[in-house]
Amino acid sequence: MRVTCPNCGERDRREFYVKGAALARPAADAALDEWHDHVNLRDNPAGEVHELWFHEMGCGAWIDVCRNVVSHEVISTAWVSDLGGTR
Amino acid sequence: MADLISLSPCDGLLPVTIGSVTLSEDLPDAMTSLAPYAGQEKALSAALEAAHGMGFPAINRSTGKAGARAIWFSQGMALVQGVVVAPELTEFAALTDQGDAWAVVRLDGDGAEDVLARLVPVDLRRQSFKRGHTVRAELAHMMASITRVGPDAFQVMVFRSMARTLVHDLKTAMAAVHARG
Amino acid sequence: MRLADKGVLQRGKPVTFSFNGRHMMGLEGDTLASALLANGVHLVARSFKYHRPRGILTAGSEEPNALVTIGSGAQRDPNIRATSQEIFDGLEAHSQNCWPSVEHDIQAVNDLAAPFFGAGFYYKTFMWPAAFWEKVYEPIIRKAAGLGALSGQADPDACEKAYAFCDLLVIGSGPAGLMAALVAGRAGADVILAEEDFRMGGRLLAEVEQIDGMPGVDWVAQVLEELRSLDNVRLMPRTAITGAYDQGTYGALERVGHHQPRRANLPRECFWRIVAKRAVLAAGAIERPIAFSNNDRPGIMTASAVRSYLNRWGVAPGQRVTLFANNDQAHHTARDLVQAGLHVAMVVDSRHDAPDSELYPVMKGAQICNTSGRKRIDSITVRSVAGEERIQTDCLAMSGGWNPTLHLTCHLNGRPQWNRDIASFVPTPGAVPGLVSAGACNGEFATAGALREGAEAAAQVLSDLGLEAVKTDLPVAGDDPYNIAALWAVPGKGRAWLDFQNDVTVKDVKQAATENFSSVEHMKRYTTQGMATDQGKNSNVAALAVLADATGRGIPETGTTTFRPPFVPVSIAAMGAGAAGQGLKPQRFLTSHLASKELGAPAIEVGLWYRTSYFPEPGETTWRQSCDREVTMVRDHVGVCDVSTLGKIDIQGPDAAKLLDFVYTNTFSTLKLGKVRYGLMLREDGFVMDDGTTARMGEHHYVMTTTTAAASQVMAHLEFVRQALRPEWDVQITSVTEQWAQFAVAGPKSRELLNGMLGEQIDDASWPFMSCGAVDVLGVKGRLFRISFSGEMAYEIAVPARYGDALFRELLQRVKTLDGGVYGMEALNVLRIEKGFLTHAELNGTVTAFDLGMQGMVSKKKDCIGKPMSTRPGLMAEDRERLVGLKPIGAVKQLTAGAHLFNPDDPVERIYDQGYVTSVGFSPTLGHSVALAFLKNGPDRIGDEVRLVDHMRGIDAICEVVSPVFFDPEGGRARG
Ligand SMILES: [Zn+2]
Repeated sequence: MRVTCPNCGERDRREFYVKGAALARPAADAALDEWHDHVNLRDNPAGEVHELWFHEMGCGAWIDVCRNVVSHEVISTAWVSDLGGTR
Repeated sequence: MADLISLSPCDGLLPVTIGSVTLSEDLPDAMTSLAPYAGQEKALSAALEAAHGMGFPAINRSTGKAGARAIWFSQGMALVQGVVVAPELTEFAALTDQGDAWAVVRLDGDGAEDVLARLVPVDLRRQSFKRGHTVRAELAHMMASITRVGPDAFQVMVFRSMARTLVHDLKTAMAAVHARG
Repeated sequence: MRLADKGVLQRGKPVTFSFNGRHMMGLEGDTLASALLANGVHLVARSFKYHRPRGILTAGSEEPNALVTIGSGAQRDPNIRATSQEIFDGLEAHSQNCWPSVEHDIQAVNDLAAPFFGAGFYYKTFMWPAAFWEKVYEPIIRKAAGLGALSGQADPDACEKAYAFCDLLVIGSGPAGLMAALVAGRAGADVILAEEDFRMGGRLLAEVEQIDGMPGVDWVAQVLEELRSLDNVRLMPRTAITGAYDQGTYGALERVGHHQPRRANLPRECFWRIVAKRAVLAAGAIERPIAFSNNDRPGIMTASAVRSYLNRWGVAPGQRVTLFANNDQAHHTARDLVQAGLHVAMVVDSRHDAPDSELYPVMKGAQICNTSGRKRIDSITVRSVAGEERIQTDCLAMSGGWNPTLHLTCHLNGRPQWNRDIASFVPTPGAVPGLVSAGACNGEFATAGALREGAEAAAQVLSDLGLEAVKTDLPVAGDDPYNIAALWAVPGKGRAWLDFQNDVTVKDVKQAATENFSSVEHMKRYTTQGMATDQGKNSNVAALAVLADATGRGIPETGTTTFRPPFVPVSIAAMGAGAAGQGLKPQRFLTSHLASKELGAPAIEVGLWYRTSYFPEPGETTWRQSCDREVTMVRDHVGVCDVSTLGKIDIQGPDAAKLLDFVYTNTFSTLKLGKVRYGLMLREDGFVMDDGTTARMGEHHYVMTTTTAAASQVMAHLEFVRQALRPEWDVQITSVTEQWAQFAVAGPKSRELLNGMLGEQIDDASWPFMSCGAVDVLGVKGRLFRISFSGEMAYEIAVPARYGDALFRELLQRVKTLDGGVYGMEALNVLRIEKGFLTHAELNGTVTAFDLGMQGMVSKKKDCIGKPMSTRPGLMAEDRERLVGLKPIGAVKQLTAGAHLFNPDDPVERIYDQGYVTSVGFSPTLGHSVALAFLKNGPDRIGDEVRLVDHMRGIDAICEVVSPVFFDPEGGRARG
């Protein structure tokens, strides 16, 4: 599997660490239920997902990867730092 | 008072030549990482140009030449090799001494590309990876920085503590490439 | 027998090899199979289950029968297909799965008992008693059935791995593949042409046909010459593409050393990962046998294999050949044999409308219903409307049609489609993104069609890549019709083999259907059809057809054949190439490693690092003696320990303090310049991630330390926070773990030791507890931290790593003059357990700040990662397993980490579990073992007794629950 790092270009999956779903962090004073949802509950759709990938063996960029978990197509990748600090 | 003796990361391990490829240790006079502060990219590049005659490198590129080179080193960071970075640059960037943190080797000769093709999952053939190009990539499970510094020459860097593994893995690949003839 | 003037292999270069100890001659360019046939050897192997004599069925990697062992001793390679193995001088091959020899195999008696050994035999027979399975049944079955054996010795040879990249990967070098490579190569595309065979050309090497007015072989040579002249085309012979993976990644196995005598450093195989923007699958097709009674005797081959041996290798597989076919193309075998001057006794064609020939006799609408000949076929029995007739023959060529080699198109879950016209499956277009099938693997069996499809596929790729095609004329080639009428199995008594490799017959498949294993997946598992090295390449479609017939369904309704990687067997050695010995994983060595080794000190692995366990002194015979001495030495005098493995992260920028306040539970923005503070870091789920100290080196400059275990995790976490959560903050982070060699100097005399080495004298006023700053160390610019992981007055001194070796040796000399010495991990561990300090034995991912008694460190004044979740009621419950100390008070004094805790009166059962032990050591300071543990309601039970049980090591000890800080609870020693 290959993922395009916005810095380094298309790279083998082995260079990345995958953290999981890309989600907006709730406000510090959000209700515990909202935090519980953020930390523990996932939709697991059969289709497109946004995930956080870390180019650990490469440039150290955190990347928002949009991919289809059925077809394995990688639809888009972007620097998380460009997404406004909500992930 | 005794003076402390310095040892290089590949002390006692290099150089070695197998077939047409030579692996040797490089000891840049200094290595400093430069990470520009918010909005200071252009000012830093100008200051770097003024002080050391090389601009801040673009992603996957290096500037300067042997002896004084700036290589792109990761997201928002460059590594200046060979010269002690002028202190006034601290105004524009976080400067961190990396002079002892990396083992730096030079892989040189016809077949160097084939050697790296056994260890690095990135296309480093000359048509796609030209002189002055650089990558951060995996090299046999190590985080490496690889720069083409000549037609058949690469600078390869891994963490200092992994110098022995780097030399071992490169030598193994060199021997395998050579054995094919 | 070798024929003069026949074959395309190099003449005049004889090669000597041996088979079952017999020396033979072959020619350069021979496979073991062709060389054996040239030497008149047909009996090559014994079958898997019944030990039936078997010969050579095919001329390719799909060979199910002729598996041999190459080499001997530790260098033995079992299960090598004789049809792929090239011969070379000194090659040593042996038959396998037979004893005492392939000619006289005692276990052939299995064949007589065959009525009992049908599908499901093992399942039904060896059921009871259950305990017998492992000890009695399985060893017997494994000994009787099976393939070749490993040597049992370490493999002395190496394999290698490599990566390759291209615009276009062409898989197969027959007419379609060569045409695709030529069209793409001429247009300047970056092309890899991979061919499993050692010689490129595919079927063109084995057929008598003309392309552009020249023999096909000459056309191949001409195209290859042009491809070799192109810098942008890379030819990879002996390279089988083994799998198709996501985003255009392909696995490939190259045979590097198998075809030549062993040489130092020459890998046996290379496992390639090829990344291709586009691929053209031109893998050809595999001819399928027909199932009829006794169709497995030596001398029975596929019709195309007979042509291969005849036309490519110039070998006559028999003197009196017969052919059994259901399609026009197979008749070429008879034609070629006759034209080569060989006798074709009969062509038996199951079709009533089969073509006539003036060259050989044809029986139409006839079927072969039996054969005879124990170690080689000697006759066939043909059944037609005229009745049964026996015909003498020493070689039977058979063709049930062709199956496209579409395996790779199934690797990403693609399902092939049934094509009635060719009675076989064809690839589903788009099954592998970026891959186009062309030629025979796409169901186009005529040479002209294959050339056309190859050119068209390349043109499509060029247009996708935005490259301009150079006009390339299609060569003129044969366009003979295929004309197949499906024939899978000839009805009748006796065993008709479907899967030669697994000894699966038509009857077995029918039995599976009868017993309701009517799904193709169930049938395969019940009968073992399609397993082992050929993976059903020869039998899948026919077995499916027989199953369809047995269940009264059509073939497409019954199911489809799918294939998983690898296409050909890949040795574990190739997949694990480079990982033996030092190649397993990177080894990280400290700058003190060499000096420690010179002292005879053993190292232990800590993650990738090698750290020193202990430093034995003369007279010490156990690690405990050294450890006890080193602990006491630190408590009484001074010790030096390399702590460079701790993660060190440089944090700079106007928002550095904000970052620290956000990732640590406690506050660092208030830390004064030149001071150090202990910090606790949580994960977002509220559990502890790591701990460590952070020093403020400047207004906007901090240096964080992490535990050795979590160094890279914390670095990734900080980058995550910086890039993903707070990109607006102006802060830069850099790992400096490797930049500094850092040594702990601990003990009452630590300052005395340092004062001999520093540029300026230090005292409690200038360097109080938890202070830090730059120092001059014997003329080198270093850093000094007054921190303690031992509870003693202690410092950590850091110098650039190039001076690490020298500083360690210097400290080693000087510390001795103060009755001190160096200490290792064992002593470090005891020292910190005595003080209740934490490592990742405690920070194991399941503990909270509350569990550690550190809930007070979670600042109420600010947000931090993990704070909201850490306040959940369940994470603050009193009865959680919480940190305590334990000391033995019963007869048993030994404690073990990993032991579980119970109330003394409770049964030792899981539901009564009260907690577990994380760290233990013997404290020479206190004279007894000490342990850290997590115990339910822990801090409320100080003074209670608990029972420590370790079933693994047979430990059962009564302990008193005590404070986790065993030694100097007030901390006066560290403050000095
Ligand atoms: Zn990257």
